[in-house]
Amino acid sequence: MLGRVFTHLDGLTAVALFGIGFALLLLDKNLMKKIIGFSMMDSGIYLFLASYGYIEGRLAPIYAEGISDPAAYVNPLPAGLVLTGIVVGVSVTAVMLGLTVRLYERYHSLDIDEIAEKIRREGK
Amino acid sequence: MMTMVWWQNLPLFMIVGALVCAAVCSVLKAKAARAVMAALSFLECCGMGVLLYFTLTKNESFVFAMGEIGAPFGNELRVGAAEALVGLLFAVIMFLSLLGGWKQFSLDIAPNRATLYGSVFCLLTAAMCAMTFTNDLFTAYVFIEISTIAACALILSRNWGRTMFAATRYMIMNLLGSGLFLLGLSMLYCLTGHLLFPQLGAGVKELLAANRYPMPLYLSFLLMTLGVAIKSALYPFHTWLPSAYSTSTATSSAILSSVVSKMYIFLLVKIFFRAAGTDVFARRIEDVLFLYAMVGVIAGSVYAIVQRRMMRMIAYSSVAQIGYIFLGIALGTEAGFAAALFHILAHSAAKSMLFLAGNKLRSAADGQDTFPALRGTAKKEPLAALAFLVGALSLVGVPVLGGFASKVFLAKAAVELGGWRMVVVLADLLVSTALNVGYLLRCALTLYRPAEDTEARPAPKTRDAAFAFAMIVLILMNLGLGVFGAPVLDWIQRGIAMFV
Repeated sequence: MLGRVFTHLDGLTAVALFGIGFALLLLDKNLMKKIIGFSMMDSGIYLFLASYGYIEGRLAPIYAEGISDPAAYVNPLPAGLVLTGIVVGVSVTAVMLGLTVRLYERYHSLDIDEIAEKIRREGK
Repeated sequence: MMTMVWWQNLPLFMIVGALVCAAVCSVLKAKAARAVMAALSFLECCGMGVLLYFTLTKNESFVFAMGEIGAPFGNELRVGAAEALVGLLFAVIMFLSLLGGWKQFSLDIAPNRATLYGSVFCLLTAAMCAMTFTNDLFTAYVFIEISTIAACALILSRNWGRTMFAATRYMIMNLLGSGLFLLGLSMLYCLTGHLLFPQLGAGVKELLAANRYPMPLYLSFLLMTLGVAIKSALYPFHTWLPSAYSTSTATSSAILSSVVSKMYIFLLVKIFFRAAGTDVFARRIEDVLFLYAMVGVIAGSVYAIVQRRMMRMIAYSSVAQIGYIFLGIALGTEAGFAAALFHILAHSAAKSMLFLAGNKLRSAADGQDTFPALRGTAKKEPLAALAFLVGALSLVGVPVLGGFASKVFLAKAAVELGGWRMVVVLADLLVSTALNVGYLLRCALTLYRPAEDTEARPAPKTRDAAFAFAMIVLILMNLGLGVFGAPVLDWIQRGIAMFV
């Protein structure tokens, strides 16, 4: 059992990171912490993809002089997915941060319940 | 490599064209940006129509391999009749929503933001096309995120505090959803080594046949399903929906309710059909979905009944209607999937009309949408009230309208399946129809009751040709889906047959 835990250590870490981030994003009342949670959640997935995409002893997928056997290199696709994921994550974080700034300017609070309360009182 | 025919290049051009328009819009003046939006969405309709025509007449789907690079590194688009039909509906709804909100657009949105609105509209169009056509799970994920951002910006188009808060909640729930989807996708990729649907499906089948990793496979599909369920507001995950739909502008709420949530569901149908395979294995996920959908159909209607504002009521009725769609998917048979896809069409046609007409009626009642304030608005806006009535009747399920046809198809699919699912679906249909009558018709009748203050305000006759055109086409679409339900269902079934 313990041996299996160690062989999948990076996978388990990734899932734990994902879980922590997910819980933060879902449950925390502070908007900034929610965004941090989102970043952790995404990092967990990148770790997962990157660790399973790497095979011990193989080369980075950039052509090295004289080695034309594709089996000598790792698959470039997982790294590509991680890169794309990072780009997506950055833009989403930017949107969330922008929203948070605007909400803070208007309601002077980062607490999502407090903002909801202020909006309710503001009425329409 | 088979030779490409000209129309087989259309899907790529439609996606890239929309992306280029999004970039161009951001530097144009407000008026030009609006023209670009209208032209783009009209051209998308034409493109989808051409694709539907050719896929139906040739009776086969085609794959567009980008750069002609095959699996596992390539990226592909795939179009069959189902994709083209659903895409056509989405494009038409987007075009009509744009027209329906054309006049209110300049009132709701400051000129300096109109160009940005054009950008996100085009971006959403690109995401819609890409998600409908893609043959690759990761591309689907990327466009899911793009559409999340674009939809958030669409909600934000009104500069109210409430709208901003609604958009924030929308983002939070949607990020949870796409996080789950990405995790499920990554696990699936680790297990099978493929992202393209056909290879993915073959890989899953192989693993299951050898009984390797059944639990991780099940988990990864469950995660993806859960992600999509959150993003399309299936019942217990609907909390973001009402305020997001009811506080944004006419065009935005019509698009959000009819296109954005539906394209995720269509993606899920593709995943089930082309990656998971509809066998015993998918059954277990469908049981979970069935439970949620069953409760959602009733709960959405109950929530809608207790609302005191029309727009929130319409928004909550979406929760119930999405329950119907998932109910069809959860039946797990081909007839069930066809009924679900048909309900996507019927509900989109009705709900976008309700939102557009509702917004018009709300502005006729001086921006109030409580039921007493809405009395007598039918006199001021007869066409909007008529459209609202038709949409309400369609959702209730009155014959010759789209909603009725889809309820019949769903019931038929359930009867075909038999067992306890049939009993549950039929009971659900019965109860929810009764509830729908309760709130939708009550609201529609309120419009036609005379206003309380008899000294009627001099109703300023507003002429809005674009709105009138959109309403008439939408009413005809609802009628068409009802009258020609059987041929449309036949197209869907042929499309599903092309999936495999």
